[in-house]
Amino acid sequence: MSASAQAHHDGPPADYLSESTVKSWLLTTDHKRVGILYLISVTIFFIAGGVLAGLMRLELMTPRGDVLGSPDTYNRMFTMHGVIMIFFFLVPAIPSVLGNFLLPLMIGARDLAFPKINLLSWYVYMVGGIMGVWILMHGGIDTGWTFYTPFSSMYSNSMVLTAAVAVFITGFSSILTGLNFIVTVHTMRAPGMTWFRMPLFVWSHYATALIMVLATPVLAISIVLVGLEKFFGVGVFDPRLGGDPVLFQHLFWFYSHPAVYIMVLPGFAVISEIIPCFARRPIFGYRFVAFASVAIAIFGFLVWGHHMFVSGQSMYAGAVFSILSFLVAIPSAIKVFNWTATLYKGSLSFDTPMLYALGFMGLFTIGGLTGLMLASLALDVHVHDTYFVVAHFHYIMVGGTVMAYLGGIHFWWPKISGRTYPEIWGKLSALLVFVGFNLTFFPQFLLGYLGMPRRYFEYRPEFQVLNVMSTAGATVLAVGMLMPMIYLGLSLRQPKNAGDNPWGATGLEWQIESPPTTHNFHEPVLVTCEPYLYSPEEAEREYAHAQHVHSA
Amino acid sequence: MHTPSTSTAPDSGRQILLSHFDDLEQQNLSSTLGMWFFLVSEVMFFSGLIAAYAVYRGLSPEAFHLASRHMDKWWGFANTLVLLTSSLTMALAVRATQTGDRRAIVRNLLWTAVLGSAFLGVKVFEWKAEIDHHLFPGKHFVVPDHDEEHLKEYLEKTDGHVDPVKLEREKGRFQLMFVLYFFMTGVHAFHMIVGIAAVVLFALLTHFKWFSGYGQTQTESLGLYWHFVDVVWVFLYPLLYLIE
Ligand code: HEM
Ligand SMILES: [Cu+2]
Repeated sequence: MSASAQAHHDGPPADYLSESTVKSWLLTTDHKRVGILYLISVTIFFIAGGVLAGLMRLELMTPRGDVLGSPDTYNRMFTMHGVIMIFFFLVPAIPSVLGNFLLPLMIGARDLAFPKINLLSWYVYMVGGIMGVWILMHGGIDTGWTFYTPFSSMYSNSMVLTAAVAVFITGFSSILTGLNFIVTVHTMRAPGMTWFRMPLFVWSHYATALIMVLATPVLAISIVLVGLEKFFGVGVFDPRLGGDPVLFQHLFWFYSHPAVYIMVLPGFAVISEIIPCFARRPIFGYRFVAFASVAIAIFGFLVWGHHMFVSGQSMYAGAVFSILSFLVAIPSAIKVFNWTATLYKGSLSFDTPMLYALGFMGLFTIGGLTGLMLASLALDVHVHDTYFVVAHFHYIMVGGTVMAYLGGIHFWWPKISGRTYPEIWGKLSALLVFVGFNLTFFPQFLLGYLGMPRRYFEYRPEFQVLNVMSTAGATVLAVGMLMPMIYLGLSLRQPKNAGDNPWGATGLEWQIESPPTTHNFHEPVLVTCEPYLYSPEEAEREYAHAQHVHSA
Repeated sequence: MHTPSTSTAPDSGRQILLSHFDDLEQQNLSSTLGMWFFLVSEVMFFSGLIAAYAVYRGLSPEAFHLASRHMDKWWGFANTLVLLTSSLTMALAVRATQTGDRRAIVRNLLWTAVLGSAFLGVKVFEWKAEIDHHLFPGKHFVVPDHDEEHLKEYLEKTDGHVDPVKLEREKGRFQLMFVLYFFMTGVHAFHMIVGIAAVVLFALLTHFKWFSGYGQTQTESLGLYWHFVDVVWVFLYPLLYLIE
C-alpha cells in the first residue's frame, strides 16, 4: 500500500466517526460513513412500512372493513407497504448498509473503487425515497407493488406516474451500488486475497451486485413503458390498442424474480459469516457455498414465469418454468445443508447474532419449501393470489432477510459503533422476533390454503380466528423489532468498550480497531490463508479453562 | 509493493493517483471495468425494449412493415455514416491521449461533438416530418388511408369480409411501431445529448489542462460510452428503418 495514505496523519489516527459536522456527513465519501447514512435512512423507511403493515393488520382483525373506512384506503396501504418495504428497505438494506461498510474491510481495501459514486448512490436513493414519501402523503397508489397493467396504466387514478419515476430513480442507486461492488471485488483485493480466500460475504455480495446490474434496468424500462402509456394514452400494454398486458408481467418478473435474490443473497452473506464464528468451525464446503451464490444469480433469471402460471401463458411454458424453479431451489438447499454441516460437531455458543442466524435457517427453509409447493403447477393454480403466497414470501423476506439483517447488525455493531449492547436484551429481541414472526405468518399459510384471497380488506367470518392470531403475532413482532432500535441507540451513550474483536472472529475487519479509522488499515495488508480458520478443539479448551477458573 | 505515488502537477503529464488505490494500473483498470459493467447494464435496458419490439413485430409483421415504410431509410443511412465517422474521431482522440498530443485530443473531441450534433440535427428533422404527418403516437395519431387499405386487404377473408376487431388491433400495432420508434430513438438521442455534453466538457478540460496525464483514463471511458451509443444505433437502424 502506498505511503500517501498515511502521509498526512501524525499522532493517533482518528476513527471514522470522530468528525461530526453535518457537512462532513453529507459530503463524505468514506464507505463506512455512507453505510451509516444508509443505515439511518433504511431504518426510517422500515418504520414507515411497518406502521402501514400495523394498520393493515388492525383492519384485518375483524371480517368487516371498519378501521380504515374504505377498500380504496386499504388498497393504498398494502401498495405503499409493498413499495416501501421492497424498493426502499429490503433491496438496499443489507448491501448498502453492511455491504458498504464491510466489503472493503473484508478484502483489505481502503475504500470501494468509486467512493464518489457510492455517495451519489445514496443521494439518488434519497431522491427516490423522498418522492416515495411524497406520494404516500398525497394519496398513494393502489396498484399493488407489482404495477400490473392494464389496471396501472389505464384505470387506476392514483399516482402511478410519480411512483414509476420514484422506483425508476431508486433503481439507479442499486445499479450504482452494484457496479461499485463488482469493480471493487475485481480490482481492490489486497495482495494474497485470492478469489477463494474471500469471505463468503463477499461472494454473495458479488452475486447480488451482478443481479442488480443486469436486472434493474429491465425493471426501469418496464416501469417507464407503463408511465408512457399512462401519459400519452398509447397502447403498449392496452389490449384495445393492440398491446399485450401479459408482456408487462413478463418484463416485470424478469426483474422481480431475480430481485428476490437481490433481497435474499445478502442474507446468505451474513449467515455465512455468523455461523462459522459461533460454531467455531471453518465453513463446510466453502466452494459449494460460493458457487451456489453465483448459480442462484444465473438461474434466477430463468424462472420468472412461475409467477404467471395463471396469466394465460402456454401450458408448455408453464411446465418449463415449473421445472426450472425446482432447479433453482438446489443451490439454496446446498447452502442450508452446508450451514447445518458447519454446526455439526461445532462448539456452539448462542449469542444474539447466532440466535438470529438459527432463526434465519429455520424460517428460510420453510419459505423455500413452500416456494417449491408454489412452483408445482397444479398446487399453484389453487393457492395463487391467496394468503399462502403472502406467507411464502414473508417467510423468505422477513423470516430470512430481515432476520439476517438484524443478526448482522448485532454481529458487527461492536465494529461499526465501537460499543457492546446488553446481551440479554439482544437475546430477548431475537426470541420475540422469532415467535412473533411465526405467530403472524404461519396462520397465513392456513388461511391461504383454506382460500382466503390476498389484497382484500374484508373476509368471510370463518377466517377470523386465524386472522386475529396473525394480528396478535404482528404486535409481538413489532415489539421485538423496536427493541434493538432502542438498546442499540442507547449503547451509543457508553464509552467505546467493545475492543477490536469481541467475538474472537477471523476476518480482516476484526483485526483493526473498533470503530475503524478512516483509511481502515495502518499497514499494508497481506493475506496468507483461507477465511474461517476457527478451531473447535481450541474453543473447547478455552471453554473448559473458563469453567475451571470460574469454579476455582 | 508498488512505488509510492507522488501526486504530480497536472501539467507534467503524469496521472494523479487517488488515495484509495495502490497504483495507476489498478486505478485505470477500475474505471474501465466500471464503464464496461455500466454498459452491460445499458444493454439490459435496451434489451427490454427490443424484447417488446420483437414480440409485437412477431404478432403483426404486416403492420410493422407498413409503419416502417414511413421512415426515410436514406436519411437513416446517412446518419449511420455520420455516427460511424464520429466513432473514428473519438478513437483518434483516445489515441492522442496516449501519445500525449493535447491539440489532437481537443481537435478530435470537437469533431466528435460536431458529428454527433449533426446526427441529432438530422434526427430532429426526421421527427418533425413524422409529427407533421400525424404519426406521433397519442391523440393526434392517424393511420394514413393507404396503410389502412393495405391492412384491410391483408386481413380480408375469402368472402371479402374484414373482422373489425382484428382491424382495430392491427391499427393499434401500427401505432405501436411508432411508439417504439419514438421511444427508442428518443432514448438513443438522450444518450447522444449526454455524450455530446461530456465530449465538449472533456475538450474544454483538456484544453485548460485540468486533467492529469492528458485525461487518458477518463477519455478512454468516455470513448467506450460513445462507441456503445453508436453500436446501439447500428442495431436500431435496421430494426426500425429496414423492415422488408
Ligand atoms: C427456493 C426457491 C423459490 C421458489 C421455488 C419460489 C417460488 C415461488 C412461486 C412459484 C411464486 C408464485 C406464487 C404465485 O404467485 O402464485 C412465488 C412468489 C413469491 N416469491 Fe418465491 N420462490 C422461491 C424463493 C423466493 C425468495 C428467495 C424470495 C424473496 C427473497 C421469494 C419471494 C417471493 C415473492 C415476493 C413472491 C410474491 C410475488 C407477488 O405476487 O407479489 N421467493 N415464489
Ligand atoms: Cu419468483
